[in-house]
Amino acid sequence: MNLKLFRISLICAFFLLASIFPKSGFSQENAPGGKEKKFDPTTVIMEHIGDSHFWPFTFPFVKEKLIPLPVILYTDKGLEIFSSGHLMDGATYQGSYHSYKLEENKIKVVDASGNIDTTVRALDFSITRNVISMMLTAALLLIVFLNVSAAYRKREGKAPKGLQSFMEPLVLFVRDDIALPNLGAKYPKYMSLLLTIFFFILINNLFGIIPFFPGSYNLTGNIAVTAMLAVVILFTVNLNANKHYWKHIFMPNPWWLFPIMIPVEIVSIFSKPIALMIRLFANITAGHIVILSLISLIFIFQSLAIAPVSIIFVVFMDMIELLVAFLQAYIFTLLSALFIGMAIEEHH
Amino acid sequence: MDLVTPAIGLVFWATICFGILLFILGKFAWKPILAAVDEREKSIESALSRAEAAKEEMARLTSENEDLLKQARAERDLILREAKQLKDHIISEAKETANVEGTRMIERARLEIDNQKALAMADVKNQVATLSINIAEKILRKQFEDQHKQDQLVADLLKEVKLK
Repeated sequence: MNLKLFRISLICAFFLLASIFPKSGFSQENAPGGKEKKFDPTTVIMEHIGDSHFWPFTFPFVKEKLIPLPVILYTDKGLEIFSSGHLMDGATYQGSYHSYKLEENKIKVVDASGNIDTTVRALDFSITRNVISMMLTAALLLIVFLNVSAAYRKREGKAPKGLQSFMEPLVLFVRDDIALPNLGAKYPKYMSLLLTIFFFILINNLFGIIPFFPGSYNLTGNIAVTAMLAVVILFTVNLNANKHYWKHIFMPNPWWLFPIMIPVEIVSIFSKPIALMIRLFANITAGHIVILSLISLIFIFQSLAIAPVSIIFVVFMDMIELLVAFLQAYIFTLLSALFIGMAIEEHH
Repeated sequence: MDLVTPAIGLVFWATICFGILLFILGKFAWKPILAAVDEREKSIESALSRAEAAKEEMARLTSENEDLLKQARAERDLILREAKQLKDHIISEAKETANVEGTRMIERARLEIDNQKALAMADVKNQVATLSINIAEKILRKQFEDQHKQDQLVADLLKEVKLK
């Protein structure tokens, strides 16, 4: 009767199924020889929200595959580059300098007898799942916005069209509702940073919600990424701060508050970016944990009857996550703009 | 805990990725996009203000036109009135002139008539006098042909003188 309605419900069904079946880690539970292992939601969830040396190719109705990724190690003797395929299923790999083994998703140096050798330091610069996903989204961002930018050149002075008209409100939102109110007249200098942060967080939040390849990773919920963004903000704020900002920190009023206020203010320099870092990390990670826990219910109860309940809750959570994806990108950018604005504000 | 320990590798790659994004997008996307949007906003604003100005100009022109029209109408009325006055004036003047001229001509004609009349009268008088003298002469000649009558007349005359 209504083809459109039918199509929409088909797509919904597809996504619902997609969100149940191939969450990374679920399939391995029934993998070894049909033997039932006890389902441990903690491992599954931690595996999902953590990083990995394999890129799980998960797609509805397709058996999960682990795509090996390049391992790059900076050891005391030099760089080691090899495929993580060599480390699959707990295998030990003999590199040019040392032997390596995966231990709880981390690459460890092992000695001849297979024991972990903690005396050798090897810094792990591998292209992990998060790194490859980040590169993918970065490439996507570049393609999208270079196209949009080209569209502005091509259709100069005309109304936006297509992708351009989809992105323009977001860009204008960042400019008019985030940058302008907080930064005032000096806003153009910080637009690049704010826009890049906003779209970087947003696209990774959104890709994180997609339950199958190439999504289903937890990049903006990874402390390393949020820390990197927070450090960028820390530097931006403090390198652009004017004398009023520093005066406020080192010369509080009245003078006898010096011993208390100066340490407090110095802490506040760092607490602001740290708050940014933790907020984004906690929000996104929490969302992923909640969704995975709800899905895990089916496997904990080992009953299909619980599935509809789980699905309803997961759909609900996915909606909230969609909101959170935008909200956290907005909040991070807004607070960044606010902190920068406070540091560059002119007092009269 | 593992979850809250930043992995050096991810920090490294994230920094590189973000740096590249920031650089390329900042240079080739955000700046042109924002510039184009600014440009467009400015052009829209100026177009709007120009339209407003044109509207005002239009209104000004219309009112000016109306003023001009009113003025022209007033001028036309004035000219018409003046023309009418002039016409009346000319007509009345012509009438007057004609009157005066007529009167003068009549007067002259009368004078001429009088003169002619006087001349004619004088002529007539002369002729009558001449005729009367001729007649009297003839009568006298006839009367005094015989002596008797002359004597009688002298007697009569004498008589008359005596009486006085």
